[in-house]
Amino acid sequence: MPATAAATDTRTITFREALREAMVGEMRRDERVFLIGEEVAQYNGAYKVSQGMLDEFGPKRIIDTPISESGFSGLALGAAMCGLRPIVEFMSWSFSLVAADQILNNAPKMLYMSGGQWGAPVVFRGNDGAGGQLGSTHSWCVEALYSNVPGLKMAIPSNPADAKGLLTTAIRDDDPVFFLESERMLSDTGPVPEGDYTVPFGAAALRREGTDCTLVSFGRPVNFCLEACDALEADGITCDLLDMRTIRPLDAESIVESLKKTNRIVVVDQSWPFASIASEVIAQVCERAFDWLDAAPRRVNTDDVPTPYAKNLEAAYLPNADKIVAAVRSLLGR
Amino acid sequence: MPKRVAYTAKIEFIQILDENGRFDAALAEGGLADEQAVALLEHLILCRHYDEIAFKLQRSGRMGTYPQNKGQEAIAATALAVTRDDWMVPCYRENPALFLHGLPMEHILLHWMGDERGNQIPEGVNVMPISIPIGTHMLHAAGIAWAQRLRQTGNVALTYFGDGATSEGDFHEAMNFATVMRAPCVFLCQNNQWAISVPREKQMASETVAQKGLAYGAECVQVDGNDVYAVYHATKAAVDRARADGTVTLIECLTYRLGDHTTADDARRYRDPKELEAWTKRDPILRLRTHLTAKGLWDDAKEAAAQDAAKERVARVVKNAEGIAKPSTDDIFDYTFATLPDGLRAQKESMRTHSLALEPGQETLRRAEAQHA
Repeated sequence: MPATAAATDTRTITFREALREAMVGEMRRDERVFLIGEEVAQYNGAYKVSQGMLDEFGPKRIIDTPISESGFSGLALGAAMCGLRPIVEFMSWSFSLVAADQILNNAPKMLYMSGGQWGAPVVFRGNDGAGGQLGSTHSWCVEALYSNVPGLKMAIPSNPADAKGLLTTAIRDDDPVFFLESERMLSDTGPVPEGDYTVPFGAAALRREGTDCTLVSFGRPVNFCLEACDALEADGITCDLLDMRTIRPLDAESIVESLKKTNRIVVVDQSWPFASIASEVIAQVCERAFDWLDAAPRRVNTDDVPTPYAKNLEAAYLPNADKIVAAVRSLLGR
Repeated sequence: MPKRVAYTAKIEFIQILDENGRFDAALAEGGLADEQAVALLEHLILCRHYDEIAFKLQRSGRMGTYPQNKGQEAIAATALAVTRDDWMVPCYRENPALFLHGLPMEHILLHWMGDERGNQIPEGVNVMPISIPIGTHMLHAAGIAWAQRLRQTGNVALTYFGDGATSEGDFHEAMNFATVMRAPCVFLCQNNQWAISVPREKQMASETVAQKGLAYGAECVQVDGNDVYAVYHATKAAVDRARADGTVTLIECLTYRLGDHTTADDARRYRDPKELEAWTKRDPILRLRTHLTAKGLWDDAKEAAAQDAAKERVARVVKNAEGIAKPSTDDIFDYTFATLPDGLRAQKESMRTHSLALEPGQETLRRAEAQHA
């Protein structure tokens, strides 16, 4: 199982800067790459991810659009089919729902339907999940809904280094990649390698090593798992923590390998429980390693309701370290 | 064979009271009566004050994001052109119209304070919850209007949106549905020149927003959106047409967002201060006040009384809104389905009683909130 990539020359930057480094690096390296979306140019991005990029690359490669998600997703798809490498920024993945036909019904199927002729190397990226009191319509976790569709790849980094490495890989990938960021992590800081840096798709990172339980997560909740591991370790309970980094492809091998050591599994997923990635992971575990389970697998998801708007309710609804600790303890009976 | 003209059209621009105080009495005939105009001015003063207080509530951490309505208050005149039974399907920058149509002012504050009970519209008030996604509600408005036609209620639906929203497919689909189905719907575009930081000319290449309705066979008109008389005139005509035979109208109100897009924005970074200065002189409240003063219908005493009344009323509204207890965790389960399914019933019970119940005040909640702070 690949551990976290060891980097030589790193410095501490924000998640937001790491994303920008990946885009700027690829745009300098490959003139086919361009960024398109609402407010990405003049405004430097609604969340300032594209700060300064208009100045460096000009309005032909950093493109402000009308408010028309379906429109610019379709435009990017057409450009990709004609040899360009678009990066589409959704201000929020919540807004991509109006572009569903383009991003789900066209982009992932284009290569298949054209008998391998027209690929769609588009990166669709933006904020996913509850951003903090944005209400139900603006707090979508699209990972379960969208990853159901064959033909797309989905990456979801949990820290700045992966943000850079996975986004660079995404831009170079020949398939459509759905890249899920979190507004709540954009200001997180961490060590990020300088220069050209990629993280391969489909290779989970082992963030903590332990013997009592396997924790599986991806994106922002990985950070809640780290907190939970600290709390559990204080009581002598140790866990393997796998940060999946990509949902499609899913590194199920690493999960099964860890499970065979710990015999218990908790999957932490910030989206709704029904037909979630957590459900998928557990289904795969049951299919592949049922006899290795010493306890029924557990999911820690949000509650099965629209994302609440009120601060107290949103906090109650999301996964957190306490819920993870409780789930692990319930499996261990201590 | 000689070419012939297949189609021609023109877009009329209506202005009754201009920024220099010129008033077209002939065009105003049959429109807003003097006492209506005076009451409207009082209402606009109230709404401006409400807007300023809402902004301050956000800045002092007592409310989440808030989109200021400042500069676009003339939209209130649309509420005078409808009956109480007609429907308003808003986005988020037409508070003055919604309040005049019966929505209690507390509701908008509650909404932006993060309490969804602000969207529980009182019985008998035909206003839909404000719609934050851009443009999606226009299709709802077309559907509501269609329902009025099917049920022969004689009521009309008015939907409000900005210039940026006309780039969304939903706008075009809604216009098309409404005209094809002769659904009694009036589309009111508040063209405030800016969609966050994107100016109108980057949003569209068409000379007017109004002409976009021509393709769908709608009646189309452009009005001075800072002139309450013109806004009323065009809306009244559109509502009457819709009610009579389902004719759909697109009204483009030329106005300007004097504030930021929302409290999360700072328009100074992308707008020319000269443009703001020019539009400040066209302020709809200033214009109406000057006009009514010249007619002897308004004076300093009335102004002072209106300001005092606004302060008193808004203070009461804020107190009411802030005095409402936090929503219960039951709410998130109870309103997900019409009937609570067993699975959710168990979750609801668990959230109430579990040691991790996260009831307000509990240690766990404080930790969870700190994580999200």
